[in-house]
Amino acid sequence: MREWQVNLALIAIMTGFVGYAVLADEPFLITLATRIVIFAIAAAGLNLALGYGGLVSFGHAAFFGLGGYACGILASHAQDYVPIFETPFLIKGTNQMLTIWPVAIGVSAIAALAIGALSLRTTGVYFIMITLAFAQMIFYFAISWPAYGGEDGLSIYVRNEFPGMDPFAPMGLFQVSTGVLMLVLLLVWRITNARLGLALRAARQNAQRVSAVGIRPFGVRLTVFTISAAITGWAGALFVELNKFVSPSMLSWEVSGEIMIIVILGGVGRLFGPLAGAMLFILLEHYLGGVFEFWKILLGLALLTVVLFARGGVIGLLVREPRNG
Amino acid sequence: MAEPVLDIRGVTKRFGALTASDAVSLDLLPGEIHALIGPNGAGKSTLIKQIAGEIEPDAGSIHFDGRDLSALGPEERVRAGLARSFQVSSVIPAMTALQNVQLAVMGHSRRIFGLILSVSRDRALVDPALEHLERVGLGDRAHIPAANLSHGERRQLEIAMALAMQPKAFLLDEPMAGMGPEGSARLTGFLDGLRAEAPILLIEHDMDAVFALADRVSVLVYGRIIATGSVDDIRENRDVQIAYLGEDA
Repeated sequence: MREWQVNLALIAIMTGFVGYAVLADEPFLITLATRIVIFAIAAAGLNLALGYGGLVSFGHAAFFGLGGYACGILASHAQDYVPIFETPFLIKGTNQMLTIWPVAIGVSAIAALAIGALSLRTTGVYFIMITLAFAQMIFYFAISWPAYGGEDGLSIYVRNEFPGMDPFAPMGLFQVSTGVLMLVLLLVWRITNARLGLALRAARQNAQRVSAVGIRPFGVRLTVFTISAAITGWAGALFVELNKFVSPSMLSWEVSGEIMIIVILGGVGRLFGPLAGAMLFILLEHYLGGVFEFWKILLGLALLTVVLFARGGVIGLLVREPRNG
Repeated sequence: MAEPVLDIRGVTKRFGALTASDAVSLDLLPGEIHALIGPNGAGKSTLIKQIAGEIEPDAGSIHFDGRDLSALGPEERVRAGLARSFQVSSVIPAMTALQNVQLAVMGHSRRIFGLILSVSRDRALVDPALEHLERVGLGDRAHIPAANLSHGERRQLEIAMALAMQPKAFLLDEPMAGMGPEGSARLTGFLDGLRAEAPILLIEHDMDAVFALADRVSVLVYGRIIATGSVDDIRENRDVQIAYLGEDA
């Protein structure tokens, strides 16, 4: 099969799944599908850094959680009619997704710029560990900071608003999330095919060569790491919309691991890999987790199989052509 | 006399007790090929790394195109017009020959942003890249991944990438290494014409190539330049004969 055929098949399966949920009147399945889409967005962010750039970040939960907290904090202030700041100037909460998203994206991007500027000076296992360390710092900060619920997290009681979206039907958030996913995949597709992507893929394979043509690999990587984190932060904001709840668990290293597992299962460096991976992961978690308490053993086996025998993940297994660079 | 393009003065680099560069002075004049030869371990690679900015000298200065290079990082030196090829072929293996050269064209253009245009449709990258591949004789191999090119072809690819930088000087580290006699002869012919575009500092073991190409030759032994002169001077030089062939020569 060609890669575009697999991508179309994935879209068809998702459409079929949601279509069935609507016809059978199973709102929970729509929520499940929304979960898939949101994790696909988070993983699409990581895939940009990990898949194309070879930057194995084990700290993307930091951005997922920061995006989530940006959403939760803004929404909770809007609900309570308490401004976030009064001095030096007034900042109020908001329940508008179109305002929340830029904040979530911006906060994640700024954090990534700082974390990336320090951690991208290392490579390999050191990079993995230092990104993990930064994420853990933010995790413990969230636990110990009482203002927004600390360890207990923070609930929002009303769904935030998006122009034209029905806040009470699960379908609304699914459609909004799907729109975001499509936008994100469009962005990743453009980045990886344009000049920045060429430099990024080249730097993964031979950084010395990239610097010998006068391009600093560090600058390329920092740019991409920041974009990658911003995307994952956006997903975090949507995840909080879905659950109407944010807690430090979103920042935990397990979430970093889950996002990474999704990327690897789906196919590293494949545009639709994150969607394939998220479908597999969330459906396994739901259906297998429902009947078998220790389903993560089977997830581990699946991951092991992919790493040992199918390096390209689900998409690599189905597609004969090698990935682009 | 013309102003040298590259001017190395008293460059010294020590690694513990080993002096890899011992007050090395060397210059590269416009339009010339200056060959740097010397036995293994003489410190040729260390010198190249100092010129390229990978390691910093302990003492001495390197000027390029009238600028002091000491404050510039490796990428800035490349952007200043110093193109380099590596002793061991250094290309992007999973990318095609064309994409490799496109990368170099992009480095030279200094524009790495923009989302609208795919690299494969970016005429500003594709056209010059194809032209450079054509020049080194890889025109019909443009769409082959670099990993699948032969050793000699990878060396040609590196030259194409250096050309794409439109440099003010070439720094070629053993471009003939591992090439067959035929390939060496072809590359020798090519480099001969290249000096008109930009001078070449040529590190090379292939003496046939050195003697055929070099306007001047410098001999580096144990980190010191023991002689600099024309090919004939170097051939006659007693110290060089001893260094290369031993006392009995």
